[in-house]
Amino acid sequence: MTGLMRSNLYVGGSSPGKMLDARFYHEDCIVYDLEDSVSPESKDAARFLVYNAVRYHRPPGKYVIIRVNGLYSPWLAEDLEAAVRARPDAIRLPKVEYAREVLRVEEQIAAIECTAGIPLGTTQLWCNIESALGASNAREIAGASPRITALALGAEDYTASMGALRSKAGWEIFYARMQVLEACRLAGISAQDAVFSDLEDLEGLREDLKTTRSLGFDGKTVVHPRQIDIVNAAFTPTEKEIHQAQRIMEALIQGAQNHTGVVVVDGSMVDKPMERRARTVLAQAQAAGLLTGGEEDEG
Amino acid sequence: MNNQKAGRFARPAFGADMEEEDAMVLKKTAVAGTLESSDVMVTVTPNPGRGVEIELESEVKAAFGAAIEAVARRELELAGVEDAHLLLRDKGALDCVISARVRCALYRAAEAAYDWTREDAL
Amino acid sequence: MRDSKLLGSIREAIEAAGLKDGDTISFHHSFREGDLAVGQVMEAIRSLGIKGLRFAPSAVVNLANFSLADCVRDGTINRVEASGIRGELGDGLLDGSIVLPQPAILRPHGARPRAMEARELTVDVAFIVASAADERGNCTGQIGANPCGSLGYSFVDARLAKKVVIITDTLVPYPCCPASIGQRYVDYVVEVEQIGDPAKIGAGAARLTKNPRDLAIAQQVADVIAACSLFREGFSFQTGAGAISIACTKFLSQRMAEQRVTASFALGGITAAIIDMYDAGQIRTVECSQSFDAVAAGAILSRPGVVEIDNADYAGACGKGIFLDRLNFGVLGALEVDVSFNVNILTGASGRMMGGLGGGPDVAVGADVSIVALPIVRGRIPSVVERVEARCTPGDTVACVVTQAGVALNPRHRSYPMLREDLAKSGIRLASIEELCALAYSITGRPQPMTYTGRPVVKVEYRDGTILDVLQSHTVE
Repeated sequence: MTGLMRSNLYVGGSSPGKMLDARFYHEDCIVYDLEDSVSPESKDAARFLVYNAVRYHRPPGKYVIIRVNGLYSPWLAEDLEAAVRARPDAIRLPKVEYAREVLRVEEQIAAIECTAGIPLGTTQLWCNIESALGASNAREIAGASPRITALALGAEDYTASMGALRSKAGWEIFYARMQVLEACRLAGISAQDAVFSDLEDLEGLREDLKTTRSLGFDGKTVVHPRQIDIVNAAFTPTEKEIHQAQRIMEALIQGAQNHTGVVVVDGSMVDKPMERRARTVLAQAQAAGLLTGGEEDEG
Repeated sequence: MNNQKAGRFARPAFGADMEEEDAMVLKKTAVAGTLESSDVMVTVTPNPGRGVEIELESEVKAAFGAAIEAVARRELELAGVEDAHLLLRDKGALDCVISARVRCALYRAAEAAYDWTREDAL
Repeated sequence: MRDSKLLGSIREAIEAAGLKDGDTISFHHSFREGDLAVGQVMEAIRSLGIKGLRFAPSAVVNLANFSLADCVRDGTINRVEASGIRGELGDGLLDGSIVLPQPAILRPHGARPRAMEARELTVDVAFIVASAADERGNCTGQIGANPCGSLGYSFVDARLAKKVVIITDTLVPYPCCPASIGQRYVDYVVEVEQIGDPAKIGAGAARLTKNPRDLAIAQQVADVIAACSLFREGFSFQTGAGAISIACTKFLSQRMAEQRVTASFALGGITAAIIDMYDAGQIRTVECSQSFDAVAAGAILSRPGVVEIDNADYAGACGKGIFLDRLNFGVLGALEVDVSFNVNILTGASGRMMGGLGGGPDVAVGADVSIVALPIVRGRIPSVVERVEARCTPGDTVACVVTQAGVALNPRHRSYPMLREDLAKSGIRLASIEELCALAYSITGRPQPMTYTGRPVVKVEYRDGTILDVLQSHTVE
């Protein structure tokens, strides 16, 4: 696993072919879906299929997630029985609106972990924030459980709950993006931006990603493989950014060795935020395999 | 073991007593899976007193027929089904898909809920 | 009219040509699955009661109005030599339900002119379908009611067959212009209702795949090409007509635009995607041995740099020079490839005949960088295997294998040192071919080997006439 969560791809739990293909795309996180992509009469079939795929055919090098059915649906309990035992990295909960909902699910997961002999706390949680209520409670939700490693914004349902119209520019979800982001930053977890739903408009996706990245999101949900490489690229630092970050870190090391009080790069003083940004860039570059340097020449 | 995936899904029975007490009776014909590529459509029909019969249609029968049948038999054994007719219309499904589809069809045919704690012994 | 070679029917032409029991007949495959002429000719031959023919077209594809298998069963045909025999006959030979007295001989495109020039294959009557012809036999595939584009595969038949019959559905006033095949080669001309359906030639602009898996592989192929030091001003390439190939052409066009590189020529079977690149000034000349869609078929007439070439100039194994000698990049499809890089483009794990040799073996040996592009598994069938079921292209002529799970370079290929150096700088994910094979088997399981009867049914010839493999019929339950 790269440790990055730049892209998370939904794969329908009813399609063995798509599940097999998905392991070879470059998404950091793969989300096997039991919810929207599965018809009510196929819920049991998808559960068996996703269980086997995750337990026995787990794609290597990816963060594996199972999205279960809604918190008030008749399928949730058995979904959890199967999903926890499949041992994914995380279970993704649709439409979370209150912290207490997370606590309820967490209790069920803990019980299953105990019965199944899985170390308590193994199963992480991703919470989808896809309503006005969820967005406004995002802070409370993000901090509800140490199992929670990410919040993911769902724009379509959110927009509907606001009575807004979905647009390419995305102003209607701006506030929700900020609510989710802030909640994630305060809780120290990953913030995942909403799907860009026009699959044909790759330029529009690139534009949207500029916003996503500049706001500070860590990754984005995608529903089609063709979006993956573009999303990854948007979250991968450029050569220039990596170079600059390396210079900052070198200057800091130099400064520490020489006991220089103030470190200056290109005429600006390196302060704490600059250092933090440089470290993030290098971590992202490392994870994306861009910092392997000269060690792989004999490959 | 000739086929490593069959090995994983067709491993020898692990708890013989469990299977005896769990013998499951099929009540109706049930179907699971689709005819899409990489899937298999499994039709399970009650077959009282006539044991297990497996019919396999597959483009890859020559290369994987034995593995596919082994997975199906393993699922029947696990579920404790002694009499059943299985029709597998395979479109190149992997073992883990065959296992899931057969299991789903069996539990639908028995109108029974799957007991997920069975997985905990594996 | 004076000197007219026009006859009233195919039957008359067959009689005039003196076709008799045991003779050899040939066709070209420019209409691919849209061909309507082969069926009409074979129907006439059967009605004349001629038996024991050697059927030697440039390729056999599945035809709607004609069953080659039926012609074998009733003894009209008792020998088959082609580049592929996909369909009922091929399947029947492999499962033993159809028996030929001698194994069918399959040759890649480049081997056919050689075999004909060496008189290993002598054609008594060549039936050449042309979309327009005059009564003296000047003819072309470019104009008329149903154009098919290049007739490049039939030039050698026109030159070497004892009798040449042109079949057209558009008779034009003398002289036919343009003319791909000249009157000096032609014995008879026959007009029929319809020779073929250009819409069914197959691959084309409309078929640009949306399958994300194939797109990912195609993109990877373009990345490999763009990473090569040979990818420079004036380079040359052949991509072909499979779903991956057409997508690859599009990605290659993008890379060329980004790196401001143009090609001196594109070669082989030509698609609309290649013509788009020509129109955009990205390719100086397009050398068409075959036109894979209506756009490509029409392009020869309307664009001076898009030209029809003789198959022998494209790929012939024994000439004084062929276009393939100067090819930098060739992209090849395959059913499976093994850890020695041998390629199978004929038989599938189902035991059926799934493809033809086409120009694959020729392009592999000609191109500096021959790239086999295929998904690592298809459904449950592994594509990278320990040993191919049919050896069609020798592994030493394959430079690299591109799958969605990684790229494997062939250490025994002449371009290996260059490729290794070029790709090391690129960040492209490299794997050994053994790793790809292990990965494929880890997904599908190890296939049971096919069991065979020991009866040879197909000989796979290489460019120079050596036998690469002999396929046996397999045992069926």
